[in-house]
Amino acid sequence: MARVLLFGPLRDLAGWRERRIAAASVAELRSVLAAEDADLGAALGGKGVQVAVDQAVVRGDVALSASSEVAFLPPMSGG
Amino acid sequence: MSIRLTEAPFDPGALLTEFTKGRTETGAVATFTGIARAEAGATAILELEAYPGFTEAEIGRIADQARERFGLHDLAILHRVGRIAPGEPIVFVAAAAGHRRAAFEACDFLMDYLKSRAPFWKKEHGPDGERWIEPTAQDHADRERWG
Repeated sequence: MARVLLFGPLRDLAGWRERRIAAASVAELRSVLAAEDADLGAALGGKGVQVAVDQAVVRGDVALSASSEVAFLPPMSGG
Repeated sequence: MSIRLTEAPFDPGALLTEFTKGRTETGAVATFTGIARAEAGATAILELEAYPGFTEAEIGRIADQARERFGLHDLAILHRVGRIAPGEPIVFVAAAAGHRRAAFEACDFLMDYLKSRAPFWKKEHGPDGERWIEPTAQDHADRERWG
């Protein structure tokens, strides 16, 4: 079960900040989330949303393990 | 080099005292303190969210660039997260260098990065509700000055 984290407006949209979800890859995780919540699914694929796996930004699909931490990072506000 | 996030209010004067202590070869320490604005009553509370670990690491990469680019002896960055009231310091940046120009410029460079690219998500709570804030065009233009 990957640990999934949402930040900023994505957290407000989904109504949760952290969950454990079974998925073998980032692509599968996106499908699982989109099937549950179509608005969230669309937002996760939105412009400027980055994905970090184990605190490193990744592009495209990446395999996940049971201990992976996946964070969806909407455009950053700065401090 | 120190890069930290804190939920607690902080005293910039105390940070400066601590940062300057015991330096005998540093000719210049420049600091910047950012303070949360009330925006004439429009902002009651600023809420700042970070990704603990990731946020410090990303700021650290830029801090390393600043150290190299300006030949800094040391630098310190402290950033508030959580709920911040108008008038409270939100960010403190200090740069130590042999001479003043490098110290001034390093603070300027670091703040331009922090305001536009650092991994924070910022929400304004005001009388008309809440809204997420994105960097302004000016924030992006400020950062682009550095190439």
